[in-house]
Amino acid sequence: MPADKGGNGAQSGIGAAVRRKEDFRFITGAGRYTDDITLPGQSYAYFLRSPYAHAQIAAIDIAAAEASPGVVAVFTGKDVAADGLGGLICGWMIHSKDGSEMRTGAHPVLALDRVRYVGDHVAVVIAESLAEAKAGAELIDVDYEEYDAVVGVEAALAENAPQLHDEVPGNLCFAWELGDKAATEAAFDRAARRVTLTFANNRLIPNAMEPRAAIGDYDRGTGDYTLYTTSQNPHVARLVLSAFVGVAPEHKLRVIAPDVGGGFGSKIFIYAEETVCVWAAAKLRRPVKWTAERNESFLSDAHGRDHVSHAELALDADGRMLGLRVHTRANLGAYLSTFASSVPTYLYGTLLSGQYDIPAIYVEVDGVFTHTAPVDAYRGAGRPEATYLVERIVETAARELDMDPVEFRRRNFIREFPHQTPVIMNYDIGDYDASLNEACRLVDYAGFADRRAASEARGRKRGIGFSAYIEACGIAPSQAVGSLGAGVGLWESAEVRVNPTGSVEVLTGSHSHGQGHETTFAQLVSDQLGIPIENVEVVHGDTDKVQFGMGTYGSRSGAVGMSAIQLALDKVIAKGRRIAAHLLEAGEEDITFDGGSFQVAGTDRAVPFADLALQAYTGHGFPTNEIEPGLKESAFYDPVNFTFPAGCHIAEVEIDPETGVTHIENFVAVDDFGTIINPMIVAGQVHGGVAQGIGQAMLENCAYDPESGQLLSGSFMDYCMPRADDLPEFVVGMTETPCTTNPLGIKGCGEAGAIGAPAAIVNAVTDALGIRDIAMPVTPERVWRAINS
Amino acid sequence: MYEFDYHTPQTIDDARALLSGRDDPKLLAGGQTLLPTMKQRLAAPSDLIDLRKVTGLDGITGAGDTLRIGAMVRHAAVAASDEVRQAIPALAALAGGIGDPLVRHRGTLGGSIANNDPSADYPAGCLALAATISTDRREIGADEFFLGMFETALEEDEIITGVAFPVPRKAGYAKFPNPASRYAMVGVFVAQTGNAVRVAVTGAGPGVFRVPAMETALASDFSAQAIADISVPSDGLLEDLHGSAEYRANLVTVMAKRAVQSAL
Ligand SMILES: Cc1cc2nc3c(=O)[nH]c(=O)nc-3n(C[C@H](O)[C@H](O)[C@H](O)COP(=O)(O)OP(=O)(O)OC[C@H]3O[C@@H](n4cnc5c(N)ncnc54)[C@H](O)[C@@H]3O)c2cc1C
Repeated sequence: MPADKGGNGAQSGIGAAVRRKEDFRFITGAGRYTDDITLPGQSYAYFLRSPYAHAQIAAIDIAAAEASPGVVAVFTGKDVAADGLGGLICGWMIHSKDGSEMRTGAHPVLALDRVRYVGDHVAVVIAESLAEAKAGAELIDVDYEEYDAVVGVEAALAENAPQLHDEVPGNLCFAWELGDKAATEAAFDRAARRVTLTFANNRLIPNAMEPRAAIGDYDRGTGDYTLYTTSQNPHVARLVLSAFVGVAPEHKLRVIAPDVGGGFGSKIFIYAEETVCVWAAAKLRRPVKWTAERNESFLSDAHGRDHVSHAELALDADGRMLGLRVHTRANLGAYLSTFASSVPTYLYGTLLSGQYDIPAIYVEVDGVFTHTAPVDAYRGAGRPEATYLVERIVETAARELDMDPVEFRRRNFIREFPHQTPVIMNYDIGDYDASLNEACRLVDYAGFADRRAASEARGRKRGIGFSAYIEACGIAPSQAVGSLGAGVGLWESAEVRVNPTGSVEVLTGSHSHGQGHETTFAQLVSDQLGIPIENVEVVHGDTDKVQFGMGTYGSRSGAVGMSAIQLALDKVIAKGRRIAAHLLEAGEEDITFDGGSFQVAGTDRAVPFADLALQAYTGHGFPTNEIEPGLKESAFYDPVNFTFPAGCHIAEVEIDPETGVTHIENFVAVDDFGTIINPMIVAGQVHGGVAQGIGQAMLENCAYDPESGQLLSGSFMDYCMPRADDLPEFVVGMTETPCTTNPLGIKGCGEAGAIGAPAAIVNAVTDALGIRDIAMPVTPERVWRAINS
Repeated sequence: MYEFDYHTPQTIDDARALLSGRDDPKLLAGGQTLLPTMKQRLAAPSDLIDLRKVTGLDGITGAGDTLRIGAMVRHAAVAASDEVRQAIPALAALAGGIGDPLVRHRGTLGGSIANNDPSADYPAGCLALAATISTDRREIGADEFFLGMFETALEEDEIITGVAFPVPRKAGYAKFPNPASRYAMVGVFVAQTGNAVRVAVTGAGPGVFRVPAMETALASDFSAQAIADISVPSDGLLEDLHGSAEYRANLVTVMAKRAVQSAL
């Protein structure tokens, strides 16, 4: 691999736009993804999925399938149950208003007697080839008794609605609340003005470029299990599969997540397919591989969003916000996915204060089961829903007050930090005026009126929309989330191993599946140790190499993962100083470390880092009661608070009234991510996130048939992923208030684009059309209807 | 995909021979429709008869007022052809707007019209230009060829060999792509040949159709203004996730106007 820049602190350290080390292998096709791995004797799994949204399985006849050529085995839910495996779990307990625990039914790995969504897992056929597995699956005779299904939250909560789980009367998983109800009511009582809005946050299908895949392997000599899988958090997968599902003991199960081609949340969760692969591999004593076909991804990857909300904002006579009241119904799908319950509650309700000083907030969220694919975290996870709600109602309020939306926001911004919101969060720092002003400058807000007039002269409608978002990253301070019901504390681990030649391996519990950790993490090490970046290797994604970790999601790898690396680096440097003191025959307190060299302060006596590393392993005569040989340190970092990236996105659109086509003329994103390690990678994260946000706002429409529960948008022929020509040239700007609660000042940048963009787009479209609201995705037909109604 | 036998005949006669006496043989052109259907196990032909080596199905030839395009000519070749761009630029533009580069480098004219997808682009071009479809046994006028959703006048074992397009005085094509698939949600091809004008619409209905009211109006005044108030009824038009029948009806008028404008 050709080396990147020559690499020293200045060129490859914090803040340098280093080209991504991993890209050479990715763009030349040399990446090694799960599906690229073929083990000797490997067999292939194919899952028979439910064609119905809701049905009772009266009987399954697998005899013909078992006898089909090449078929090795056919398993159903009965076989899984007979082996005593547990069901799939949800790791976050939510309590309802009345204090009761959320209600949920069993989530069997393979269906037992009931299927609850189209794509639910009925049986698995394992064969010598995939074609034979598919042929075998066609011979399985399932006797279904079809029942009525519900796909939307309103229908699911209606009286006499079809029931998903016996344990969940009325399909209501939880009725959660947050905030001070009485104080909020009092705020509404004294309000001079109220603004209300009811809208949906549309359901999305993640569509990572690489579909999910798994290979289970079992060594009958040692009793070791290995699972290769497309995971964002292999250690969590191992923990869940061993401690909860009971597939294998934790110390006997190795989970490897090799190169992973995107996740966006959908690869956090522990699904049926990988569970079956490990379990079946041990039963059959041979490797079992499964790779999702794209239509399976559409049906069975956890979906995102899907809220229906009613929001009310109370204002005083001067346009100051007094209170916000929200009632949301969140569609959870048919079963609770791994983190499903936390997304529409603690990752959502806690962000409803936005960037504004709102004295009272009260939010109720009903979590509802429906006959659809499970819904869980998807890029932004709760925060896009919160931002959309806040920024839509704020823009609407400004219009109803006949006030400039920029001015209205300024009037209500939080300006003193730390700021305690009424919904748990304590913002450590931010400068919302700075990002708003910079975004207005970049979009040339002052020139908008002229541009609008020019559009009108051409028969077009032009609008501008703002979205001053805030989000919470770096999940999560273990103490805080523990008290809120999280099953695990979400710290991160790191180990820094210095080799005798002075090169370094960094082992991290974070997992890179597109984020560029191999570059940014190496930049941190290069910066701190003063060594060339090519001498740093980032190791991740293998539970046999990295002791434990929580993985990558919620934009946590910088804020939490790199903080752990920093702590380990501090320990390496501290030990290096002790070794240097010995080598240079000086007092430890006189040793400085700078520019890759340990030096006796005020002298020219120094030892370069690489020489010191060699001495650490080969030197003689260390005072071993004071200094152990070797140079390797590890650290666990538990954040003390969330981080709060914030910024301002502005969309300017032009609409063709004849067709209803919306063209994005300008899109400006100004973000405050705190300290930036690599501005190029950060800009890339913003571009990708904004593309997904625009996708949600304008193109992506996950639709189920309300009667049959069939997925109507089940392929790229109908589900519209944004493509390059759907998107404008993005203008990306940065402001910087470093996070005050972690060592590097990093806030996180992975999701902001998807969080900020949708409201900016819809605010711009409603501005252009002079209407209050329009549903996402803002399709040409919806716009055309709005114009012609 | 199920098992099948694969053949690469060299001549039309060989291809025809292969078509007879087999269970469920299928011709294979660019495979852009057939192969995905087979992969999804929705089609299970016993035999695939690949036309790519068959002589006489290739080539673009212009002779006077007719442009002949072979059945196996790829969309990308039509889009890039100097002959097509000079004779019927709207047809080159139509081909250049089909799918994506991969699809355009594999998909063929013959495959497209044999398939007669209600959202495909070529049927609009063939119908508006009053093209003649040649097969291994006869010539079929476009008005007789396209029969409705995925239906054509072709016999079970008939092989398209090429299409002859009369060169029009003016022609224009305007497509409103389905945002997801990029097939035509509505595509309107307008062609003026002699004093007659033909307007063909794809994507909107269960099959490509003409709009006589627009044709009459344009014959006396070939301008967008002339058809601005002419609309097609939405009854019987397609409806799906992406657009209602009413919306498609609106797009027919808008795209027809734009097709006329692009032809001027
Ligand atoms: C992603 C994607 C996007 C697309 N977008 C568009 C679009 O925007 N607009 C558009 O118009 N089309 C689009 N298409 C369709 C594509 O352009 C092809 O025209 C179409 O797939 C058929 O052509 P083919 O050569 O691939 O035929 P094949 O798939 O090989 O065959 C299709 C059918 O025609 C039959 N057939 C083929 N050749 C002959 C012949 N010479 N005589 C008789 N029967 C024959 C075959 O037996 C088969 O039944 C798209 C396809 C894909 C995959």
